[in-house]
Amino acid sequence: MRDTVVRTLIELAKENKNIELLTGDLGFGVLKPYWETLPDQFTNAGIAEQNMTTVAAGMALTGKTVFTYSIGNFPTLRCLEQIRNDCAYHNANVKIICVGGGLVYGSLGMSHHATEDLAVMRALPGMTVMAPGDPTEAAEAVKAIAAHQGTCYLRLGRGGERRIHESLPDFQIGKAVRIERKDIRDGNDQTSDRSIAVFSTGAILDAACDACAALEESGIRVFQYSFPTVKPIDRETITACAKEAEAVFTVEEHNISGGFGSAVAEVISEIPGSAPLYRIGLNDAYCTKVGSQQYLRNEYGLSAEKIEGYIRQKLERTADKN
Amino acid sequence: MRSEELAWKIRRHGIEMTHLSGGSHIGAILSVADILGVLYTDILKYDPKDPEWEDRDRMILSKGHAGASIYAALAENGFFPVEELKTHYQDGSRLSGHVSHHLPGVDFSTGSLGHGLSAAAGMAYALKKDGKAPRVFVVMGDGECDEGSVWEAALFANHFRLNNLVAVVDHNHMQSMDFCENTLELEDFGAKWRAFGWNVIEINGNSHEELKRAFAEAEEYREAAESGTAGAESVPAAAGNAGVAAHKPTVIIANTVKGYGVRFMENDILWHYRFPHDGWEYDCAVNELHRIRPEGVEDPYTPGGIRDPQLPQEGDDIGNDHTYSYTWFPGYPEKMRRAEARSGSDEKVRPV
Repeated sequence: MRDTVVRTLIELAKENKNIELLTGDLGFGVLKPYWETLPDQFTNAGIAEQNMTTVAAGMALTGKTVFTYSIGNFPTLRCLEQIRNDCAYHNANVKIICVGGGLVYGSLGMSHHATEDLAVMRALPGMTVMAPGDPTEAAEAVKAIAAHQGTCYLRLGRGGERRIHESLPDFQIGKAVRIERKDIRDGNDQTSDRSIAVFSTGAILDAACDACAALEESGIRVFQYSFPTVKPIDRETITACAKEAEAVFTVEEHNISGGFGSAVAEVISEIPGSAPLYRIGLNDAYCTKVGSQQYLRNEYGLSAEKIEGYIRQKLERTADKN
Repeated sequence: MRSEELAWKIRRHGIEMTHLSGGSHIGAILSVADILGVLYTDILKYDPKDPEWEDRDRMILSKGHAGASIYAALAENGFFPVEELKTHYQDGSRLSGHVSHHLPGVDFSTGSLGHGLSAAAGMAYALKKDGKAPRVFVVMGDGECDEGSVWEAALFANHFRLNNLVAVVDHNHMQSMDFCENTLELEDFGAKWRAFGWNVIEINGNSHEELKRAFAEAEEYREAAESGTAGAESVPAAAGNAGVAAHKPTVIIANTVKGYGVRFMENDILWHYRFPHDGWEYDCAVNELHRIRPEGVEDPYTPGGIRDPQLPQEGDDIGNDHTYSYTWFPGYPEKMRRAEARSGSDEKVRPV
């Protein structure tokens, strides 16, 4: 995902000489193709994210489109007020790229887990918040935010995510992307009258896809969507699904407070007779265990199996009540 | 308009605006008035009819709490009607207490300290990258330099050779609750900036002559770098300022007095917060300013000053600097020192 983003950014910056990339002294392997291709549009601002972010605002107000780059919480929480006052309030063309959203830096520990960033960025007026689910979404997201006037946050996973979409010709900020598995649906001999909606944001999409595939295999009808944009949220898709499905599930590699699930809840709460919403994510906890991203996802209920299990359990309970 | 005239007008508007609005920070408005007076008459290139003119010099008031001072400077220079100054703090006004860019002539909103130098550095960097001529000026507070982000920006501006950037620190020696030296020791302040690679000019920041000379000196450094007359490296050092370099950013440490111009407000931290109330406070503040009114300058509010002013009575709170360190020092690692500011004096710290 991150290499796709850097490749896309190189293409954009070759075309538009006003694009600048600032890094907070990170991206040694990742950004190399960029600085080798476009040294005049690259700056290492040092390990000083507060300054980097406001420098980006100053440059943006002087005509540049400035991408800032760092990992984990460093480009967001470390310089939150700079994003709020200097970027978003001035509607400055600053595009914040975070590599390592969620539990990507598993074994590095809690300091490196970005698990509240979506909630915090989403709370700022004027921000566009994106968390693409696969390399195709990521490439489209970079193009979209580069063309968008205003401050944007782009939360990425790491490298090597599974490509879910071949292409996304209709990609738009604020639009969810439908994921369909015709092969499973058409070849399915099991039937069930159950139908659910599963929404995810960010790189947890691969786990969400596997969970949804397994649920579909057992005959449950699944409206699965990837939400590369958390803000502005796709109200239309949420509203349609909340009326159609018997339950809505959100999946995010993030705290369940304030993030993507909360954004969906805000929409659902205004729909009379809506299906219930269940949020899957870190259960208002810091990650205290040590291990790889895969290990931690499983420990905190975010592996494909755990997601599937949680959904089945909720469906059984609602079936019992009926 | 002469710089002395504008500086006086800033002071007079500042007293009126805080008086009418009940607004804070008159001490800071009075200390920075001369810096802004000189900048907006003799230094900055701008066009009030075209506030976003691309070739304008950029100007950021990083000590955003002194908002009234820049509003007064902009209004007096035709960016918006002087009459609008009276709306400061009022419902529906454009003039918030801290500087807002929703006003013609303001390049950047401030109010949270420690942001302005980075924004100025970003502007200077972008201008330099594009080979554009405008310079960037940022006026900061000394207390603001407690913020770590200031020093991040100081590293950045030197590293990227932003010699189109001039920072002015309104070094009034006081911050929110006390003298700077009693809060977090700043001295040797000039040495700190020099250590970060900056050209440093230390002056009396209430002296227009010294301010103008300092800005001219900063410009000389830059021109030397551009013409290449001094090579890429150094220019002839001004007296007592060895080691300046043409390619570096310049900081002017403007030693000022907080509350300057109204003697009962000088060096008294009460006036960081208190506004001149009806009665002796307002009357005496106005007449104090009339004491130093340059010839030919008209007072738009009280021409000729206030006749029969109310005067402070015995027991009124005056002649007390209101700093906490004089009354509070149990268990301190080191006994608190007394610090005082004196206009343009080297004698900034006087140990007890």
